[in-house]
Amino acid sequence: MSGTGSRENIFPTRMALTNTKLRLKGAQTGHSLLAKKRDALTTRFRAILRKVDEAKRKMGRVMQLASFSLAEVTYATGDISYLVQEQAKAATFRVKAKQENVSGVVLPAFEVERAQGSDFNLTGLGRGGQQVIKSKEVYAKAVETLVELASLQTAFMILDEVIRATNRRVNAIEHVVIPRLDNTIKYIISELDEMDREEFFRLKKVQGKKKRDNEAAELKRKAELAVAAEAAGSDELPATGETAVLRNLVEDDSELSGPGDLLSSKDEDVIF
Amino acid sequence: MEALFFNVDAGFLEGIVRGYKTGILTQAQYANLCQCETLEDLRTQLSATDYGNFLANEPTPLSTSTIADKATQILVDQFNYIKSSAVSPLSKFLDYITYGYMIDNVVLLITGTLHERDTHELLERCHPLGWFDTMPALCVATNVEELYQTVLVETPLAPYFRECLSAADLDDLNIEIIRNTLYKAYLEDFHAFCQTLGGPTTDVMTRILSFEADRRTINIAVNSLGTELSKEQRAQLFPSIGRLFPEGNNQLAKADDLDQIRAACEGVVEYRSFFDTSASSGQGGEDPAAGLEDRFFVTEVHLNKLAFLQQFQYGVFYAYMKLKEQEIRNITWIAECIAQEARDRMQDFIPIF
Repeated sequence: MSGTGSRENIFPTRMALTNTKLRLKGAQTGHSLLAKKRDALTTRFRAILRKVDEAKRKMGRVMQLASFSLAEVTYATGDISYLVQEQAKAATFRVKAKQENVSGVVLPAFEVERAQGSDFNLTGLGRGGQQVIKSKEVYAKAVETLVELASLQTAFMILDEVIRATNRRVNAIEHVVIPRLDNTIKYIISELDEMDREEFFRLKKVQGKKKRDNEAAELKRKAELAVAAEAAGSDELPATGETAVLRNLVEDDSELSGPGDLLSSKDEDVIF
Repeated sequence: MEALFFNVDAGFLEGIVRGYKTGILTQAQYANLCQCETLEDLRTQLSATDYGNFLANEPTPLSTSTIADKATQILVDQFNYIKSSAVSPLSKFLDYITYGYMIDNVVLLITGTLHERDTHELLERCHPLGWFDTMPALCVATNVEELYQTVLVETPLAPYFRECLSAADLDDLNIEIIRNTLYKAYLEDFHAFCQTLGGPTTDVMTRILSFEADRRTINIAVNSLGTELSKEQRAQLFPSIGRLFPEGNNQLAKADDLDQIRAACEGVVEYRSFFDTSASSGQGGEDPAAGLEDRFFVTEVHLNKLAFLQQFQYGVFYAYMKLKEQEIRNITWIAECIAQEARDRMQDFIPIF
């Protein structure tokens, strides 16, 4: 019972019991909350996993298309890479990062922002301009897919880590904290019961002793009454004398005084 | 009359070129190339053609650009052989062929020099056919004025620069506008030169150059839609030769959308079909402009093939160069399709014979 499993080092009192019970309740609430969070995160995680898979497949297709469109450009105009490099002045394709909150986890999300730039839209003016524009578009789409994939992948990694941490916490609460609190409560209860039993036994014992003493005192009183009755033949007021003796008896019981004392008090009583 | 003495100067070279021509890949060879699973197979197939073992010394992960480079190198070698044996006026004619590539090279150098790039990298990127001895001198120039003077002094393109551009233009204008201005001047000059040669050369070359001019005109018109290129600038880039000139050019200069361009081209029967979207459901059907380029290539190949039907004229040299270029493009295309596993698009090249 209280000896099995770990428990907190606590003094078993009713106060501690209440406190521990409160803490157990808190732990249980926390456990259910964390479990809920974990489930929510896992759902999200699964969704992202699926999206990552889709995005990766899509990226494969799009990149293939893109590099093929570049082949078309090469077919139509020859090598334009140098001209494009030289004429590109400002970035027309920017990535913005923003944050998204999923059950308390901040996930970065990347967004594409395209400026309608025309840095090299005269490239291939003589021939192949259409292919150049098409290739530009296809590549922009490819990069968009890449950005999408990047944001998914980042979310994936972060979520993975958070889910692990949450899982650890849930498991810790479930398998360590709650059993320990349970054990503590059981320990306190058993200790308290033990104390109750001890107390009960002590009371019993006291009661038994009192009873024994009472009996002894009764015997003694009866004996004295018998002695007094013998002496009362000449006494004028036997009734008063009897009450006084009774009173003395009560005092004697509590004081356990010797016979000398008993005699002196009787004298007092007699005088009274 | 010109046929009487043609063979004295150019008969040997014409024979050589016609011999080269038979080495151009045939349909059957293209079919074989299309069967290839890897670029290694492609190398094996190509070694059975006139290309021989031109890729023999290349390390095994072949890239498509290597194939294109090596094939171009073969063409350049052939051209240089012809050129070294040529006498005037054929040598002059061959020089004119190289001017087109020179324009590209010079424009490349201008772009690079203006942005202060590494000159060696630039020189490597230049087309070998457009190479001239004084080309590295262009890289020495540090500012625009100096560059302009160097171009005037050192390059054979000086007349085109002098007539069309000032030093300030090099800095202000978009490099593509410069390129097309130069090319326009070049085409007009080449055309004028061909007129002086007379006889069948004039006939053949006028046909080819007119088409080349019209192709540029239409392309510029199509590609400048929706850009910041003004209509006046656009009109200035149109070569003043070709079958669309002057009426079609005027309409093209004013065209605002593809339909107006189509209407402008209605005047020439051969060009009508270029914009016919329904005819080409196979290739790039969704966008009429996308299929346009392919149809230009087809027509160019057709015209160049016609050049071989006439003897005693210089057109064959030009035509051979263009056909061989198309062939290199085809091989590169097939190689790209193999490398990127896009077999469904593989048939989109333009067979020559």
